[in-house]
Amino acid sequence: MAVLGDDDRRVAEAIIARYPEGRARSAVLPLLYLVQSVEGSVTRDGLREVAELLGITTAEVEAVASFYTMLRLRPTGTHVISVCTNLSCALRGAADVFEAAHEATGVELGEETSADGAFTIHEEECLGACDAAPVVQIDFANHDRVTPERVAELVESLRSGEVPEPSRGRAPKDFRHASRVLASAEEPA
Amino acid sequence: MSDPTPKIVTANWGNPEVFGIDGYTAAGGYEALRAALEMTPADLIDVVKASGLRGRGGAGFPTGVKWSFVPQGTGKPTYVVANFDESEPGTFNNREIVEREPHRFLEGVAIASYAVQSHHAFVYCRGEFLWPGEILETAIRDAYAKGVFGESVLGSGYALDVVLHKGAGAYICGEETALLSSLEGYRGQPRLRPPFPAVEGLYASPTLINNVETLANVASILTNGPEWFAGIGTEKSPGTKVFSVSGKVERPGNYELPMGTPLRTVLEAAGGVLGGAALKAWTPGGSSTPMLTAEHQDVGLDFESVAAAGSLLGTGAIIVMDESDCIVEAARRLVQFYAHESCGKCTPCREGTWWVSRVLGRIEHGYGREEDLPLLDELGRNILFKAFCALADGAVSPIESSLKHFRHEYEAHIAERRCPFTGKGPGTEPEPDPDPEMSEVPA
Repeated sequence: MAVLGDDDRRVAEAIIARYPEGRARSAVLPLLYLVQSVEGSVTRDGLREVAELLGITTAEVEAVASFYTMLRLRPTGTHVISVCTNLSCALRGAADVFEAAHEATGVELGEETSADGAFTIHEEECLGACDAAPVVQIDFANHDRVTPERVAELVESLRSGEVPEPSRGRAPKDFRHASRVLASAEEPA
Repeated sequence: MSDPTPKIVTANWGNPEVFGIDGYTAAGGYEALRAALEMTPADLIDVVKASGLRGRGGAGFPTGVKWSFVPQGTGKPTYVVANFDESEPGTFNNREIVEREPHRFLEGVAIASYAVQSHHAFVYCRGEFLWPGEILETAIRDAYAKGVFGESVLGSGYALDVVLHKGAGAYICGEETALLSSLEGYRGQPRLRPPFPAVEGLYASPTLINNVETLANVASILTNGPEWFAGIGTEKSPGTKVFSVSGKVERPGNYELPMGTPLRTVLEAAGGVLGGAALKAWTPGGSSTPMLTAEHQDVGLDFESVAAAGSLLGTGAIIVMDESDCIVEAARRLVQFYAHESCGKCTPCREGTWWVSRVLGRIEHGYGREEDLPLLDELGRNILFKAFCALADGAVSPIESSLKHFRHEYEAHIAERRCPFTGKGPGTEPEPDPDPEMSEVPA
């Protein structure tokens, strides 16, 4: 079964065309984001299809995909909640936010994804927004100065189908949508 | 009398109009590019050299000199890559520059590209910067629409294509050779130098790589002249620095101040230590720079003065810790970061950071042993300068500097068999990551 439909195949060609002639391999990250946007993670089929598009082996594509934390080779929740626990956020209470995120989503400590498949929690390294510590990203949209209570509210609104307003910019509706934005497959705001 | 607090990069941050291309142009934007296009590339490089601008990404290499290293007439294309993979813990100035005034940065990209006669520029944007990435997509599209990029930059006949490339979550890609590997479609692992990127960079072609803040300084240097820029800051570290201040301060944020400004003044700008507590430790330039103490508050924040105090200016990311913060835990968390982000290429870094994080973990949790401190000293020595790239050296900074300035805190953890700050120890906590190997101290 093909991962990418005809429209996305055209998107893939446009992605490859961003790079100089003969340098199609540079498109591997955006193409991986594109297959991730269709399947919610990068599957074997997705790896194979990216390899085909670039004329390299599946193993070469997997070697790349497995290096980067934003490309998910395992089943992933509808929403990815990234909680920074690096020093600047830790000094401002990130450990409590991290714990509260687990409690609210039902993800067991040490696990990644909730049993209902709704949420994946990622312990994040510095997100480059330390003025707003502790920082949480929901599907890569930033939420500033998050408290344990606030993270529970955010999870609650995701559960009820809402997309919480981020502190800056616009929020993707879920992880797949975020992957599509990352592939630059959408018109920018 | 010169302005005591001149603003360069953040000069327009009070004006929300400069976010878009029309507002930026109305505020005089892209005039410096127009002036640059009327100069010869050699003259342009001389102006940047004369300004004394040094790279703001951490290394502090003179920007004009870097530009002059890019060879001409090689028969290969020349590339410019803007490094917007901002990920050094504590650093967030590049992000705010892009979020507030993306065209100031893009104008710098265009000027640098013309200076090295490149027709292809890439912006490597950190993947987690979803919104800044969208901002740049819009800004680049608008710049094409207004004839700033494309076939004939501002009607000059000089052609420039600018492509946004998004990363996918890997700190190491901020290292310039790892960034190039990533941009070529490989794992983001660093490469041996030489050859240097200037000669054999992207696609084995001449490549100039500059940080966002560096590029955001360029237009103002052309507008106001290199002497003006050189008159700000210190003789060897001219200009300003956008300091990212975080942790235990009243008003965390970016503060643009002249190079050489003492920490004390930067802290005052950020409202002082949170709740009026006493300062304990701070990093001058992110987690990879050795931490300093309250005794170093009058150290001027420029490349030379910070080095003389035993640290590095790095990215100017000041993470502030107060008297209530545990230094062992801070060092442990930072080393955990390096262990996670090590690309795995070099054994001393891959294995060393993992071992150090475990030893620090057991000390923090009250399971430390007396021999752990010499063991940490030794592990640090066996990582420092033993790997391909600076990630490993960065990992040693929190280890060595915390042991140097706060050895007594380590000793207290071991003697009291608990963390003196949290009270946690064997009575309350299980031993972290216990395994048989950990009970054997390497001979």
